[in-house]
Amino acid sequence: MSAQRVFMKGNEAACEGAFRAGCKFFAGYPITPQNEVPEYMSKHIWDHGGTFIQSESEVAAINMLMGASAAGARAMTSSSSPGISLKQEGISYIAMSELPCVVMNVVRCGPGLGNIAPHQGDYFQATRGGGHGDYRTITLAPNSVQEMAQFVYLAFELADKWRNPALVLSDGTIGQMMEPVDFSEMPYVEPPDKSDWCLNAHQEGRERHLITTIYLLAEDMAPVHERLVKKYERIKKAEVRYTDYMSDDAEILIVAIGSPSRVARSAIKAGREEGLKLGLLRPITVWPFPYGVIRQYAESDRVKAIVVTEMNWGQMVEDVAMAVSGKKPVHFVPKHGGLTFTPEDMLEPIRAIRENPMNPETLWVQT
Amino acid sequence: MEAVPEKKRVTVDGQDYELVFGRPASLTSKPFTYCPGCNHGTIHRLVAEVIDELGIQHRCVGMASVGCSVFSYEFFDFDFISCAHGRALAVATGVKRVQPDTVVLSYQGDGDLAAIGTAETIHAANRGERITTIFVNNAIYGMTGGQMAPTTIIGQRTTTTPEGRDEHRIGWPIRMSEMLALLPGVAFVARTTCHDAKSILKTKVAIKKAFRAQLEDRGFSMVEILSNCNVNWRMTPQDAVNWVGEEMTKVFPPGTYKDVFAEDQEKARADAPSKTKAQSSEKTEV
Amino acid sequence: MPIGFIEILDDTCKGCLLCVAACPKSLLHQTKKKINKRGLYPVEFVDPEGKCNACRLCAIVCPDVAIRVYKQPRKPKTEQPAAAEAKAG
Repeated sequence: MSAQRVFMKGNEAACEGAFRAGCKFFAGYPITPQNEVPEYMSKHIWDHGGTFIQSESEVAAINMLMGASAAGARAMTSSSSPGISLKQEGISYIAMSELPCVVMNVVRCGPGLGNIAPHQGDYFQATRGGGHGDYRTITLAPNSVQEMAQFVYLAFELADKWRNPALVLSDGTIGQMMEPVDFSEMPYVEPPDKSDWCLNAHQEGRERHLITTIYLLAEDMAPVHERLVKKYERIKKAEVRYTDYMSDDAEILIVAIGSPSRVARSAIKAGREEGLKLGLLRPITVWPFPYGVIRQYAESDRVKAIVVTEMNWGQMVEDVAMAVSGKKPVHFVPKHGGLTFTPEDMLEPIRAIRENPMNPETLWVQT
Repeated sequence: MEAVPEKKRVTVDGQDYELVFGRPASLTSKPFTYCPGCNHGTIHRLVAEVIDELGIQHRCVGMASVGCSVFSYEFFDFDFISCAHGRALAVATGVKRVQPDTVVLSYQGDGDLAAIGTAETIHAANRGERITTIFVNNAIYGMTGGQMAPTTIIGQRTTTTPEGRDEHRIGWPIRMSEMLALLPGVAFVARTTCHDAKSILKTKVAIKKAFRAQLEDRGFSMVEILSNCNVNWRMTPQDAVNWVGEEMTKVFPPGTYKDVFAEDQEKARADAPSKTKAQSSEKTEV
Repeated sequence: MPIGFIEILDDTCKGCLLCVAACPKSLLHQTKKKINKRGLYPVEFVDPEGKCNACRLCAIVCPDVAIRVYKQPRKPKTEQPAAAEAKAG
């Protein structure tokens, strides 16, 4: 695709972002609402010199990714919530092996089969590691088709930079909707050379390369853990990303990601017309989470309350509450079951919060 | 433990001798950590010998599975990756597709290949992935202390079948070689044993054919090797290898279940008379 | 002179005794005279009559590559210097 500005679906834009980043391997399994990703990949990845495999399961897909990444390729898989649960085993192994890869989650409603409506119930899973053991995955949360492409592109960069899996935490709305995408900031790049550690057929005259996750002796494991902890600390310092909207003079700060953050912008515009001084803070990386900037807002005298809007039962709000540390009331405005927000859904509770910043209807109380 | 260095030639009382059996170059110098009498060591050596003979050591990438062979990468001297339980063939698929010049070896036990990794096994075989699998079948879970394996035979006592495996409760031992032989993507699949010198030599021949299938781009290849777990079978090593030869082979008959090379030969033989016919008809035309 | 002999790596041998049963000349024994670094009794090769013909069966069944087999070179002794010279040339 040579055009720089294209009208396309979120899931397809993600694939284009991957191609531009030099993605040469994709393995995946059909699940709604991300089916456009394997479909688009199966059609186009060959033109970019890559390989597509429709795997027998999500478990197999993530392990194929592990092999492809170990062999030196930029590799990606995508799925939606139930499929991502299956991938968690592999993500744990990939994180421990310190292999780079990109995993996209077009989140649908759970738990269980749930439904195929957009949801944000996988926030904990994405930001706390998700599989067994202690690890983190760099997690980017797009809120537009443009960002689907851009964040997949960026995820490849970050995954290679830190040799760690990077997640793109999207939702059904962003994956399915169509918008114009500008690719001018995403030039095609050659993936970095990994021959100093990858598994390849050119072993003559070099030490063999070994990728393993098993260290039976605690004395051997402890330094590995220490190295990983230090890596995660460095990622936290270097990679926090967020954006804000009308937050400079905001008295009530909305924190939202994904499709609710788009609704929040409409709510802020409408709210300001009726005199509500609203602003938005949108984390772009949800791990590492922008605790620092939220703490600054919480410490400002101007801000009266912080409102978190999520399409789940309350997940990111815990991170926000941790950042706020009791300095200001934190309110939680949810949507359940795969229903989506309207601006009014946000404005109504916000009006009550302005009347009473401690309004018990929405106040988030840690139990 | 440091190994005594190998001398290719020695002189004893004025007589020259040359080394005719030593450690293959594709093995590291680390002594095996398997139990006394365990055939993992035998099979490691055979695989390494074949790799040496084919001259592919520096192209090989190994997949270490989960089970007793989890540390197989400490003994094979080429690139290796340790995989999650059952997922070796999925990882192998990723490696081979990205680096088609590698020779990919997956080394798996019965729990890994025939229980938790059955789907990965069947589908990698069905895709005809150019991968060689060494499947070590010892009818038990050795690493975890002797629980029932998918290949545990009827009546065999394990820590989870204390009364012996009862097919009405838990089904029958699974025959992977026979199953995989049905798939068109499979180029070579054979079952061999390791219970005596003769069978060990036959195993080596099969392993070589399996690698040949990969090197000649023919498809998926696997050698299922009946092995012993004398410790968890509660037998002496000699009794255990005898049990492999006498009892296990009844349930898992050794043999070649799929062999594209033999099929080629048969085809050539079948084609041969028709060719002569064609030639003769040509002649008559002339 | 025996046709061949074997060398057992004492510290690699685990005393599984598979080689003992495999040797057609019964030249292998577990004497329990020594204990190796593993704390196991390694097998010993005892061949006072020079019966070993380097058939390799012991090494083939050894699961630990603990046996090295040495054999007289195939070519008759008289031809050897010539062969060596040819190589050197």
